Amino acid sequence: MLVAGDPKSNVPQHAWMPLSSGQTAKPRLLVMGLRRSGKSSILNVVFNKMSPNETLFLESTSIMSRNDILSFLDFQLWDFPGNLELGDSTVDPGLLFQQCGALVFVIDAQDEYIGALRRLYEVIILAHRLNSTITFEVFIHKIDGLSDEHKIDTQRDIYQRLHDELAESNVHDVHLSFHLTSIYDHSIFEAFSKVIQKLIPQLPTLENLLNMLCSNTNVEKVFLFDTASKIYIATDSSPVDMQSYELCSDMIDVVMDISSIYARTQHAKATPSGYLSLQPPSTNGGSSNGRAQASSNAAVLEAAANGMARDPGLAIVEDDESHATIRLNNGQALYLRQVNQHLVLVSLLRDDSFERQGLIHYNFGCISEALNMVLMPESPATAAPHQLHI
Amino acid sequence: MGVLLMGKSGSGKTSMRSIIFANYIARDTRRLGATIDVEHSHVRFLGNLVLNLWDCGGQEVFMENYISSQRDQIFRNVEVLIYVFDVESRDMERDMHYFQSVLESIGQHSPKAKIFCLVHKMDLIPDGQRGQLMLEREADLKRRATTPMAMTVFGTSIWDETLYKAWSAIVHSLIPNVRMLESHLGVFCAEAGADEVILFERTTFLVISHATSHAQTDPHRFEKVSNIIKQFKLSCSKSQAQFQTMEICTPTFSAFIQGFTPNTYAMVVHSDRDIQPGIMIININRARPSFENIERESATAN
Repeated sequence: MLVAGDPKSNVPQHAWMPLSSGQTAKPRLLVMGLRRSGKSSILNVVFNKMSPNETLFLESTSIMSRNDILSFLDFQLWDFPGNLELGDSTVDPGLLFQQCGALVFVIDAQDEYIGALRRLYEVIILAHRLNSTITFEVFIHKIDGLSDEHKIDTQRDIYQRLHDELAESNVHDVHLSFHLTSIYDHSIFEAFSKVIQKLIPQLPTLENLLNMLCSNTNVEKVFLFDTASKIYIATDSSPVDMQSYELCSDMIDVVMDISSIYARTQHAKATPSGYLSLQPPSTNGGSSNGRAQASSNAAVLEAAANGMARDPGLAIVEDDESHATIRLNNGQALYLRQVNQHLVLVSLLRDDSFERQGLIHYNFGCISEALNMVLMPESPATAAPHQLHI
Repeated sequence: MGVLLMGKSGSGKTSMRSIIFANYIARDTRRLGATIDVEHSHVRFLGNLVLNLWDCGGQEVFMENYISSQRDQIFRNVEVLIYVFDVESRDMERDMHYFQSVLESIGQHSPKAKIFCLVHKMDLIPDGQRGQLMLEREADLKRRATTPMAMTVFGTSIWDETLYKAWSAIVHSLIPNVRMLESHLGVFCAEAGADEVILFERTTFLVISHATSHAQTDPHRFEKVSNIIKQFKLSCSKSQAQFQTMEICTPTFSAFIQGFTPNTYAMVVHSDRDIQPGIMIININRARPSFENIERESATAN
């Protein structure tokens, strides 16, 4: 029933949107966990820009909800209520797991997690049997309340228990990764970045392009961000340190927020319908509708509406000419460049390289062009990207 | 010149002071303990302007003390009284009673003081009810003043930009030559072909003054920008750096934020695509000496 979109299905429409053949191709992310483990909070903070302290007011999710992320790849996120039983008749595990790229399992680290581990074990056994390519991403969540030592211990303990149990049942080659997360800092964004990168087939090409930029110019570090969620899709191969990641993602906030203030006036005159008119038709009405219907949870709806309200501002920055520069007093500078509607490049470079600012604009222009070619399969790359200038 | 910060215990006085003047982020204020007795601090503002902040512990014993025995000391030479109310307070009547006694003391010792009432922790009130609640509170508070006083009421929360709006208004009322600053800024804005020029205080990023030649739609933009930049300044300081200049260029507008005078930052926004970014930076540099002069003059005047 999930695939065919059978209208006579006894499943309530708001919970199960019929999937057309086109939609099934999208990479799907499942989010599971026991009740009160923080699943809805995570989704709201990462994808709906809810501020972390507002998530206290979220009610617990009682139905399964689907979120289509209006992002460059159109992810589907499935938020499962914590008390849902896998044997439940409304869920067909086969269909569910066969189309799933990654399964995020959220464990509340501040709580007794033995029960959660048992559940996770059951899910892994079931899902792995049906689809052995699924990657399991364990979010050891709410770690903001733990000391550093305690964090490591908890992670080791969870890893050990799970590992032992899986080995005992003779289940091998499960793709299992662990992430320590909290909605109060960037760790949740970092974790999602890593999860989503695994679902992007073009990742090696994107990384190559970014490596090319770094090795041939004065750029020290570059991230390709999804603008709406601040998840990074790709980065060059130099190690990621949390500080520069945070700085880059905060820069997106600053630029977006200021743009949403000052761009609105002029934009209102130009295209009153704003953001949606700039969307490619395939992702336009359908999925935003889907998102609205998919959740009956009032808080989620409201957050989605807030997201919409912010969008006119986004639309302005989303012209390929847009760029921003921030200089710091330690000789570093940040440079942001719009790639397309959904993506921005943010890079760290030496302040003195701005003596030749025109060159930076030009080089980033080349890279944006190349990235767009890689990411748009329907328009095959016909022209080779321009040469980078050093 | 004295600025008195008062209010009931736990109403959030020290939290807001720490956010505005000590670069705390909202979440870190949970760690602050209760203020005992009077915590006196000087805050240098705009270089030469010193704000005397009296953060008075709000526990009842101390409140009684202020109002009776320490009355002379505390209420003399007050230029601004900031009185903080907890919006969720269970005992409104008692709060009002203290507020009224404070007003009486102020009226007696510093009759010219300006009063700012901050109805704090507004984030606890659902969005739709805030407007109505504020109207009621404002009317109620204004009724309490027995002698005519300049009273302004704000709803505030440390979680959004309302705090900056209130404190900008407070600080704006304390700057001596604010009219002159405003007129110069107007001239600069027009000459440079800018839509808007905003002047921020360097350390707090509170808006001191602004000039607008093209009407902007968002009436809350000043405090929003304060909040946005301040947040970014804090994330910069995490990586041991300070933010110096920012330049945003989009097809519909360009914005430049940079250090202006020794005590201020300026933000210049324009939407004229014919103005090259380099030209606007030259304009800002050209205007700088004249504003530095104003700053020096007001320093010697004080």
